[in-house]
Amino acid sequence: MAALEHGASGWFAALETFGVNLLWHPSVSEATAGEATAIFDDIVSGRRPLHALMLEGSVLRGPNGTGRFNMLAGTGRSLLDWIKSLAPLADYVIAVGSCAAFGGVPAAGTNPTDASGLQYLDTELGGALGAEFRSRRGLPVVNVAGCAPHPGWIMETLAALALGDLAASDLDMYARPKFYADHLAHHGCARNEFYEFKASAEALSERGCLMEHLGCKATQAVGDCNQRAWNGGGSCTHGGFACIACTSPGFESGRNYLETAKLAGIPVGLPLDMPKAWFVALAALSKSATPRRVRANATADHIVAPPARDGGRRKP
Amino acid sequence: MRRITVGPFNRVEGDLEVKLDIDNGAVASAQVTAPLYRGFEQILEGRPALDALTLAPRICGICSVSQSMAAAAALRAVEGLAPAENGTLAANTAHAAENVADHLTHFYIFFMPDFARDFYRERSWYVPIAERFTAMRGACVAEVLPARARLLEIMGILAGKWPHSLAFQPGGTTRAIDLGERMRLLAIIADFRTFLERVVFDDTLDAVLALDSAEALDRWRDGRSGDFIRFLALADDLALDSIGRGSAPLMSYGAYHGDAAPLFAAGVLDVTTMMRETLHIGTIAEDVSHAWMQSGPGAPALSETRPDPEKPDGYSWSKAPRLAGRPVEVGALARQAIDGHPLIIDLLRRSGANVKTRVVARLIETARLADAMESWVKAFRLREPFCHRPTRRAEGAGVGLVEAARGSLGHWIELSGDRIRRYQIIAPTTWNFSPRDAGGVPGPLEQALVGTPVGAEGAASVAVQHVVRSFDPCMVCTAH
Repeated sequence: MAALEHGASGWFAALETFGVNLLWHPSVSEATAGEATAIFDDIVSGRRPLHALMLEGSVLRGPNGTGRFNMLAGTGRSLLDWIKSLAPLADYVIAVGSCAAFGGVPAAGTNPTDASGLQYLDTELGGALGAEFRSRRGLPVVNVAGCAPHPGWIMETLAALALGDLAASDLDMYARPKFYADHLAHHGCARNEFYEFKASAEALSERGCLMEHLGCKATQAVGDCNQRAWNGGGSCTHGGFACIACTSPGFESGRNYLETAKLAGIPVGLPLDMPKAWFVALAALSKSATPRRVRANATADHIVAPPARDGGRRKP
Repeated sequence: MRRITVGPFNRVEGDLEVKLDIDNGAVASAQVTAPLYRGFEQILEGRPALDALTLAPRICGICSVSQSMAAAAALRAVEGLAPAENGTLAANTAHAAENVADHLTHFYIFFMPDFARDFYRERSWYVPIAERFTAMRGACVAEVLPARARLLEIMGILAGKWPHSLAFQPGGTTRAIDLGERMRLLAIIADFRTFLERVVFDDTLDAVLALDSAEALDRWRDGRSGDFIRFLALADDLALDSIGRGSAPLMSYGAYHGDAAPLFAAGVLDVTTMMRETLHIGTIAEDVSHAWMQSGPGAPALSETRPDPEKPDGYSWSKAPRLAGRPVEVGALARQAIDGHPLIIDLLRRSGANVKTRVVARLIETARLADAMESWVKAFRLREPFCHRPTRRAEGAGVGLVEAARGSLGHWIELSGDRIRRYQIIAPTTWNFSPRDAGGVPGPLEQALVGTPVGAEGAASVAVQHVVRSFDPCMVCTAH
């Protein structure tokens, strides 16, 4: 349903622009019940081509491998069973969201329904379709991971596939499209100046960096979240709360999302590719160089020290 | 008598199957199945208390803020914490934005496309209605989807993003709003008002909000051409007030709480006598005699959710919630009726709960909320906090009761050592689409479907489609 927000003229117009014809969508298609199953039957019997199969939600394999926890209504068959029938017939198979990609929240804890992603469970290759699965055009399942994914990630992936413009080399190590997954959620964060000086927020709604105390994983999580607008101009960190790495497999197994796990006072999760000793040294240095303005604003919920010509100068 | 199965029942949120026994061309009895169970309550058990704020909203992509609000309210009840006043206003604004976005989605994307079906080709109104409302291709979508996206820009400012935001906390909301942002919020709400006035109502919201009786509505609609008016004409021609009739009491937990009374009052209303009753939360219990669930205590503060897929009498993953032993109908109709809106009360007196009154109540509520959002944003005190720093108690039990677009949503939580010992959720559609209980009493939709004419169409009956969709079910929330 996030996709409905896409585009200046609406999602349906965007689909038309790229020549995408929705054969059936559970939320928006007119066809219901028998009209819908007739479409599925046509695909299975080869009367109708299936260019893309898009799945939202985890594949529920339980109980005992039957898929009974998610039956496709009106068909007497599990969604697991339908996916296994339809996926090999599709030019491309796309997992929309971290549930369909990696299992997501239903796979958390005891995983009561034996939930899985289409081709991954957490970081493990396999999932419902198996590690060797390739769709008819030779691609693994394309994982538009995110909870929920940005409408643009969904639409741009679909558009690129429709134009034949997305190859295996355009996918990252977890088969996420690189156009958004080669960025870190941290890139473009409006709290950047606070990050540079390690001027940290100590409580929710404060303006400082969320990494040191409030659980932010944006320096470790993939996504161009702070480079494109969510709902006209937001993002998680813009909204005042931590990035919880929802594009990453296994994000659902985190604990205390809005608290930073620390060892000896140092956050356990440091920027992905930065040597720990350097990070600690630079953090100490930048903390000692923090302008008064930045330090004051970091623990306030609105700006208390505006920029001024000498406002940032520290007294010796 | 013959039995037919309708599914996949789409243009609802989530998975739905309906079984109908047909006798003499009409539904004699119905069985409603939620065919998806993901186990959110089981997943929440044992987690740190505040993880509920991350996990519970992810039950649903369109009721996400409602789930956040209920989780935050339940945690707040445990902690005995009052949120910052600004936080309450900001959360109410975001919650209202989600709820009216859902009302619009329901009307334009889920409900109206059924009138563009080929089945109605011979009707005099068919051509213009099909041009406007055909699924995905009708002219309305080019107006509605951009208006909906613009409205949801409220989330970008107040909540970071939608769906699934952690902005909604026991202490308030996480983003303090500045003056420029207040102006942007007011501009978005003004655009939404313009959309409603130009496209939906073809008149000012003030005029719509002044409608106080069925007669006033009939006088007002004469000569107008908004989509609400188009619906009213269809409702007349197809007698939509004669199908989907519900006799269950209406219930509302009260919506948009603050320091004072909620914007829409809480209570129970018997639609046969039109008598108001006080809502007693302690009389809520869930029956699992026809759910694929293990038996246990019925009270949500004491029960656990454990699936039993082989249960002989089971036919749904949904439990059957009952208020003092009775099924109740929830949603915009219940909220507006219990709040005493004169137009909705008059329509209920005349024709009861039915397809028409459910849709009218949703659109009237949308108009009321456009007004309320504006007043909440204007009431922010920009120099004061939006979020209090909570002192955690981390022990005890609490209930969070809110109104989602589709009706009453409750989270019952019990904490022990700052971990979740028990978490129970009763969602709006758990009430509306509940299966039968131990006494064999059907749920509200199961009752409302009885008598629906299906003619020769059987499973393809368009009347069945109207009745089911008039409730605006959210099936992913139902069994969660």
